[in-house]
Amino acid sequence: MTTLTRREALSLGAATFITGILAGRNIVLAAENGTLTIAFNVNLPSFDPTTGPSAVNPAIQAIYRSIFDQFIGQGPDLKFQPGLLTDWGWNEDKTKVWMDVREGVTWHDGTPFTPEDVVWSLTRAADQKGGNPISFIWSTAGNYKIEGHRITGDVLRFEPTYFKWMAFLTGYVLPKAYYEKVGAEGFEKKPIGTGPYMVDAYEGNAFLRLKANPHYFGGKPAFDTVVFKFVPDTTSRVAEIESGSSDITLEIPYEDFDRLKKKSGLSGTATPISDIGMIFINNIDVMLDKNVRLAAHHAIDKKAIVARLLRGYGVPIDTLEAPEYDAFDPSIVVGYDAGKAKALLAASGYSSEKPVKFKIQTTRGFKPKDYEMIQAIVGMWRKVGIEADIEVYEIAKHYELRAADALAPAAFYNWGNAIGDPTTSTGFAMFGPSPHSVWNTDDLDNMIGPLWGEKDEAKRIAGWKAVSKYIAEQGYVIPLLQYAQPIVYKESLKVVPNVSGALQPTLVAKA
Amino acid sequence: MQALPATCWLNPASCEKNELMIALSIFNRVVMAAVTLFGVALIVFVLLRVVPGDPIAMMISPGASAADIAALRAHYGLDASLPVQFGLWLKAMLGGDFGTSISLKRSVLDLLGERLPATLELAVAALFLAVASGVAVAVVGTLMRRGPLEPVVDALNGVFLAVPDFVWALALVLMLGVFYPLFPLSGRIDPTIDMPFATPFYLIESLVRLHFAVFCDVVAHMVMPVLALGLPLAAIIARVLKAALSEAMVQDYILLARLKGMSELRLVVQEALRNAIGPTIALTGVQFTFLIGGTVIVERIFSYPGIGNMAIDAVINRDLPLIQGLVLVFGVLFILVNLLVDLLVAAFNPRLRHG
Repeated sequence: MTTLTRREALSLGAATFITGILAGRNIVLAAENGTLTIAFNVNLPSFDPTTGPSAVNPAIQAIYRSIFDQFIGQGPDLKFQPGLLTDWGWNEDKTKVWMDVREGVTWHDGTPFTPEDVVWSLTRAADQKGGNPISFIWSTAGNYKIEGHRITGDVLRFEPTYFKWMAFLTGYVLPKAYYEKVGAEGFEKKPIGTGPYMVDAYEGNAFLRLKANPHYFGGKPAFDTVVFKFVPDTTSRVAEIESGSSDITLEIPYEDFDRLKKKSGLSGTATPISDIGMIFINNIDVMLDKNVRLAAHHAIDKKAIVARLLRGYGVPIDTLEAPEYDAFDPSIVVGYDAGKAKALLAASGYSSEKPVKFKIQTTRGFKPKDYEMIQAIVGMWRKVGIEADIEVYEIAKHYELRAADALAPAAFYNWGNAIGDPTTSTGFAMFGPSPHSVWNTDDLDNMIGPLWGEKDEAKRIAGWKAVSKYIAEQGYVIPLLQYAQPIVYKESLKVVPNVSGALQPTLVAKA
Repeated sequence: MQALPATCWLNPASCEKNELMIALSIFNRVVMAAVTLFGVALIVFVLLRVVPGDPIAMMISPGASAADIAALRAHYGLDASLPVQFGLWLKAMLGGDFGTSISLKRSVLDLLGERLPATLELAVAALFLAVASGVAVAVVGTLMRRGPLEPVVDALNGVFLAVPDFVWALALVLMLGVFYPLFPLSGRIDPTIDMPFATPFYLIESLVRLHFAVFCDVVAHMVMPVLALGLPLAAIIARVLKAALSEAMVQDYILLARLKGMSELRLVVQEALRNAIGPTIALTGVQFTFLIGGTVIVERIFSYPGIGNMAIDAVINRDLPLIQGLVLVFGVLFILVNLLVDLLVAAFNPRLRHG
């Protein structure tokens, strides 16, 4: 019989323990065992996609779209497509809405999905007390009636984007019977939807594990398991993909993107998405001078900013409408012209010797190179006779100041618009009564006002293009660029970039 | 905090007015803790409402009217005056209701109950690492004193002392996560492991239930954050303890023991260490509270689901009820750690124990 001394026994135990820890290192490869691991950039605060702050966080929509289905689906090119509604529309005089509900769909618990679920979800979303931040849209229709698989409802106030919002923030169908049975807390603990993946395990601030829904109406998903690792730290996300611990990641610095996509076994894509960088102009102080506003815009070399700061990843823009949006008008060009900027300033009595002075606010690290971009712009401004002081603030302060209409004369911000409608970009950003607008003057409000309820779609879009042209001529805002979203993934995968920016597992497949 | 009452708790017989002293000191402690916590609660409550960043402003929908915004403010109880808000919150909290998180839509108390154990396991493991390695380095350094290797030990210790925990975290991510991927980079447990935990204490539970593979996985996930948190503290312990040991090694009782023929190692460990450890314990206690504070950044870097990581999200989202709950928890932890330190100092210091 072998006998061990105390020292030998302790050494053996320690060796076994260390071996156990190191052997436990388990890198799961997507292409090999059907598990897709995503190093995701934000945490998932809540499973309810219709209430609270997380419901309006565009970054989380990729997760929500995996578990739930929207009323109306949306392709990676922002085009609308059938979701849980197969068809939809208004009647002739746009006093009624109608929707055809998909048949043969089941919830993750096996119970059938019904038109009652759709009506309940719409009614709940419209209820101001329910906590849906987009209730102002959902409350524009009501008195829903169900006949077979068709739902009809009254238009209470015509809202041209009513159906578009069905593919956007909070436009999700939740299970009426299940939610009423388990309540809000119960739903948070065990959420179910009709989506391609089912919740299997969740640990806040750590990971979400999803299992494929074998009965999904769109067909069984490509991966049996999808793991969203919540890795908000950029360095850690880079490390996750570089070490092979994750199969795919997004929103990393462009420098790392360029480096990683050249590495053996990795690929990358950086496609323009529905998110733009802009400088809000407030109608105060020197910004009341049109020459100053226009000079500030003409003095910015956006192409140089994209090329040098963002390594070419981004699209310079001159209006708040990106090329993929419905009201994009390529004929509206402001253009970089330092000479013109100087002339405009001179007309108002300013020069390099006697610069016009104002403050510009920006975040630092909230968006890629935000602070550096503003530093570069301030440098460009200085050359033409604009002296701007930079104030760095947290994004929370930006929201507070913007809601109180107390932003500085210039303030950097980014604006997402995943449905590409002009109301959800130019509209909310520039219409005075909107709590998100910064420039508030009657001339612009009088132009925008009638467009909110315009029933003729062609006329509506033409109207918004005219608004964009007017804004550019008056210099009421300085659009800078459309962001490109960097995604790095293993070569064994195939990724379809999504213009909305949502990295949905359904857009990832084995190569 | 006074250390005197602790001596009576440990050894009542040595206390002349022991029973009265014990009662008074306990009462003193409880009152001081309550006053401290009340002060923390008040300051945090007021500060959160004074500093920029309105949680409602972050939730306002584009089409919201002034009435909608007012309704939202009322929904979260932010429409009343500051004293009324504080009174309502305090009353609810004393009744065990810490409120509901604005961003996570769950009871703050439940959230703290789920996440605090993760941070405690991490912090305690880091403390163990720091104490073990700090004491070991101090002892080795003392044995090498005036030798050629002493400056090397001191220099290395200085490097560890100079590098803060978050820099260690980033360096470890690169070293042990990317270049030599020995340990997992993120999380508390491998997402593919299916083990229904009955408690939020994964490390302890997996060990008690003899799930060795799960235990090893939990430990593997802790290695890098524990190193990041523990190494700077270890360096502090090593430096302070080595200085104290060096001082003790020239005392008469050490000379006497040396004359009796005791080996140098026994002199350091058995004689000098007991007398030199007091200041180190006091310092370790203070530094441990900093270590708990350090979990905020370290947990974020390693996506470790503790209260530190949750605190960052809470601050970003201006989740007032959650921030208030978290700060109170940190406050309670600090008070408990200080209390424990007082007890340990008294236990290790014969003058206080018999005083």
